[in-house]
Amino acid sequence: MASKIRIKAKLQGDMAEVKTLMKHEMETGTRKDSKTGETVPAHFIKEVTCNLNGEKVMTANWGPAVSKNPYLAFKVQGAMAGDVVTISWVDNKGETDSAETTLS
Amino acid sequence: MNLTRRLILKGAAALTVLAAVPRTLLAWPDKAFDAKSTDDVMKALFGGTGVTDSSEVVLNAPDIAENGRVVPISVSTTLSGVENISVIVEENPSPLVAAFDMGPGSVPDVSTRIKMGKTSNVIAVVKADGKLYSAQKEVKVTIGGCGG
Repeated sequence: MASKIRIKAKLQGDMAEVKTLMKHEMETGTRKDSKTGETVPAHFIKEVTCNLNGEKVMTANWGPAVSKNPYLAFKVQGAMAGDVVTISWVDNKGETDSAETTLS
Repeated sequence: MNLTRRLILKGAAALTVLAAVPRTLLAWPDKAFDAKSTDDVMKALFGGTGVTDSSEVVLNAPDIAENGRVVPISVSTTLSGVENISVIVEENPSPLVAAFDMGPGSVPDVSTRIKMGKTSNVIAVVKADGKLYSAQKEVKVTIGGCGG
């Protein structure tokens, strides 16, 4: 399956600014379906891992209160052109997605 | 130090992480995310509530959020030795929204979008060199973002 994560990374000197958009419902588990009246089960990204050249830079632990189709921006120091930024996530149902981009 | 050995160790560590991530969540703080009050979140996440207000923690959030489902926030700090940045919305059913573990090489400056059920204080907590610092801001919500 093609990745549903979009990454935009900009290199400024030795600092990379990374912006990502992930496609995910981020259901809180408290919302009710307007037609059936049944509670929609929780379904949200729990952990986003950000790597630079395979080394972990940051881990974002999320609860269901992060907005639908999450946006995440962060910065990495000591980055160079050609370095690979990898973003991957795991949700509460064990589903995963990942994407990578090369800095230029 | 033996460079080859270091490289092998690094490679092995990276592989272990890659293999482990899809199945088991490494350190997702479930107690902190389940907590129903800010104090409980702080206890579960940091083992205490001793937090210092600091002007070195910068929390950017709107004064008024028209749509509580999408509230852009960002937290940055000039403090050094940052280990964790967490975002708490006091009035949400589960106050902890996100906890960022900052590894080496990361710059303490993160942005995301969060849901807010109603008008509430948003608190940014930064753990740096083992100490806790925070900044907070009230965000007025016109339409809530939790539930229907």
